[in-house]
Amino acid sequence: MEIITIAQLELVVSRRNMWVAVSVFMMVLFSVVLTLAGGATASNLGIDPLGVAMTSITTLAVYLVPLIALLLSFDAIAGELERGTLALNLSYPISRGEILLGKFLAHFIILSFAIAVGLAVSGLLVIWRHGMVDISFAPMLRLYITALPLGAAFLGIGYLVSALARQPGVASGLVIIIWLVLVVLYDLGLLGALVADDGGYFTNTIFPVLLLANPADAFRLLNMPEISVSALASGLNAIGPGISKTGLLISLLGWPVLALFLAWIAFRKMET
Amino acid sequence: MSALNISNAIKLYGSNEVVKNVSLKIEAGERIALLGHNGAGKTTLLKMILGLTSFNDGEIKVLGEAPGSKKARSSIGFLPESVAFQGALNGREQLRHFARLKSVCMGKADDLLERVGLGDAASRKISTYSKGMRQRVGLAQAILGKPKLVLLDEPTSGLDPVSRHEFYDIMAELAQAGTAVLLSSHALSELETRTDRIAILRKGQLVANNKITTLRQQAAMPIVLRVTTSIEKVEQVASELGAKRVNGQVVELTCLQNQKIATLNRVTALGDVIRDVEVATASLEELYRYFSSTGAEVI
Repeated sequence: MEIITIAQLELVVSRRNMWVAVSVFMMVLFSVVLTLAGGATASNLGIDPLGVAMTSITTLAVYLVPLIALLLSFDAIAGELERGTLALNLSYPISRGEILLGKFLAHFIILSFAIAVGLAVSGLLVIWRHGMVDISFAPMLRLYITALPLGAAFLGIGYLVSALARQPGVASGLVIIIWLVLVVLYDLGLLGALVADDGGYFTNTIFPVLLLANPADAFRLLNMPEISVSALASGLNAIGPGISKTGLLISLLGWPVLALFLAWIAFRKMET
Repeated sequence: MSALNISNAIKLYGSNEVVKNVSLKIEAGERIALLGHNGAGKTTLLKMILGLTSFNDGEIKVLGEAPGSKKARSSIGFLPESVAFQGALNGREQLRHFARLKSVCMGKADDLLERVGLGDAASRKISTYSKGMRQRVGLAQAILGKPKLVLLDEPTSGLDPVSRHEFYDIMAELAQAGTAVLLSSHALSELETRTDRIAILRKGQLVANNKITTLRQQAAMPIVLRVTTSIEKVEQVASELGAKRVNGQVVELTCLQNQKIATLNRVTALGDVIRDVEVATASLEELYRYFSSTGAEVI
């Protein structure tokens, strides 16, 4: 019950502080741009136009969903500590776990809402331009369902950073670095290592594990159209026995749990 | 059962002992002022009682429960130093939120807002409140649900004299209803008549813990008698009493508490030449300076 109370308050505050509007705006803006851009190439090829749009949006979501999640979460603990509201909240008969879960629930709802609105606008745009023929909603549904744990994982990482950094300024810097490393540089690094290794031990043994270990990559691979996965597999000889759909799902679902658990440990150990 | 029972509590920050072997007991309905220099350990002690910070040795019991336990926290009200709230909420929303967390009904929260004088500002955002108004919200949330123990850290800072008066009235009401009140403050002159007991921390050590009259005796600080006479008689009065002349018609003499009546008798024995006598006992401020300077023995 206390979790719901905390979540309700957090939702009201996020709405008034424009976080909800900013999240939705970011998702909608990029979804519309990518849908229109993707639609231009797909229009006369006889390919499912919504599928094409979703492939573009997947590439976008890998960057945008973690970014929004980190922006929503980095202030959660450090900000309250700095403003002086944390000590007061902790004097109430609620546990730190309940505070954390309440905030998570609120931020998760905001994120889910923003992604849903972005995808819905994209879907409506495709239907408006191409009609309902040849349209499969499965990729869109898969994208939505897999984007939720991706966002949840980065919310958890944001809380962990927030509890460890203790200052919102430091926390915001750290989450941007983490975002850059996990979402942008990680893949570049892997690619560089693959090229340098040229099919050796790294490519066959370490690379699949590293690809699995990153929730952003797990999300990306789960949303690739089957054709391109097989193309990637034959082309790079990378998606071997090390990477299965189950493994990707475990990574994607395990990360939110692990990140939230670590955030809870850090928050519990924090002296106010 | 005592509302609060601290025995031999010790808190270290690294090798620095910030709370040294403090023992303090507060019964239901008692109002206790916790005094001390900045950094004397007042806020740390309050945080230990709340369970917000751990301690290295000793024991703290809040109504028989461990500090920080759910039971202890649900019977404590707390007003932190320079209290802050969610600026995006209005006063009513913020207080109702706290009421939900303490399982107090919404109507009670609205009544309390009226009680602390924020009825008219209830629908305004807290970010537009003055410091005094935020302090009132802080007081209202601290006394939500009639807690058994209320901890107030610098509660009257930022309040104007009228508000301070109202604040102490609310505190007296609480104490009458059986709530134990522990407040830290620097506004010493107010506390003299508004609290039952004074506890003074010096560098983490409790150097005083008693009623103000008992502290006066312990400190054995001289009482000052200011005797007013006429210009013609002032020299005579000064020499007869062995007093010091202050100006053309006032002389001053000092005595200890146990000599007060005898000294007053000597003054009144002079008869008509005495126009007025003022007796000034050591103020709380003087007592505080006495106990918080290194001269006082540790109790």
